[in-house]
Amino acid sequence: MKKNEDNPITTLISSIVSPFIMLFALYVIFHGHYSPGGGFQGGTLLASSIILIRLALGSEMGQLQFPSHLGTPLGSAGVLIYFGTGLTAMFFGGRFLDYSFLPIAHTQAMQRSWGILFVEIGVGLAVTAILVAIYDDLLGEDSDD
Amino acid sequence: MRSVNIGILILFCALLIYASFGLPARGDNQAVVNRAESPAGSPNAASYYIENAYRDTHTPNMVTAILADYRGYDTLGEETVILTAGLICFLLLRREPKKKKEEEEEDEEE
Repeated sequence: MKKNEDNPITTLISSIVSPFIMLFALYVIFHGHYSPGGGFQGGTLLASSIILIRLALGSEMGQLQFPSHLGTPLGSAGVLIYFGTGLTAMFFGGRFLDYSFLPIAHTQAMQRSWGILFVEIGVGLAVTAILVAIYDDLLGEDSDD
Repeated sequence: MRSVNIGILILFCALLIYASFGLPARGDNQAVVNRAESPAGSPNAASYYIENAYRDTHTPNMVTAILADYRGYDTLGEETVILTAGLICFLLLRREPKKKKEEEEEDEEE
């Protein structure tokens, strides 16, 4: 890959915009109960903010922000959060992914609401990590460099 | 040729916008697609979701409730597909550090 040339405009704009994209991504994930959005969309936005830093500031700064060896483990962790939510419900006497048996809230509707939140967090984490990992793999750069 | 392309594009846009006026309102329980029984007589799940999604899940966004709760298995499968795609990319495309060093040594020898 071509070495990163220091362009002050690209550096400044991307480092200003990236945190706001990240904040909006978290809003999309955690406000998915009330507005359009959810894990997939928010995870994609989060990954886009991380990839923007990698494109604009070079992969060294990108590695400081999100090391590429974290991609696959975090993606698996996201899927495990989803599975874990389902298995917790099963452990407390319900069926797999039956959130109304989660030991969190008092009313059934609130338990389901919390279950949806956990599931969306898992989806968002997995999508973010996997998208960044695919970008790193396609670029073919090692994490040690 | 270019003007014909643009003309067809504008015509198609106008057609789609005109068709969008015929769509039922969101959450309309009496619209044909959302009725408890479809015109052919088979039962339809949409009206149950519209009537009971908020009571069941305390989530105003019906789409989220259906995606993550009623259709939880489906979303689990989708997430597994994404994880599998990531793992396949990892297995096929990730280079090992050793090979790179060997290549550099070969280049130096040449």
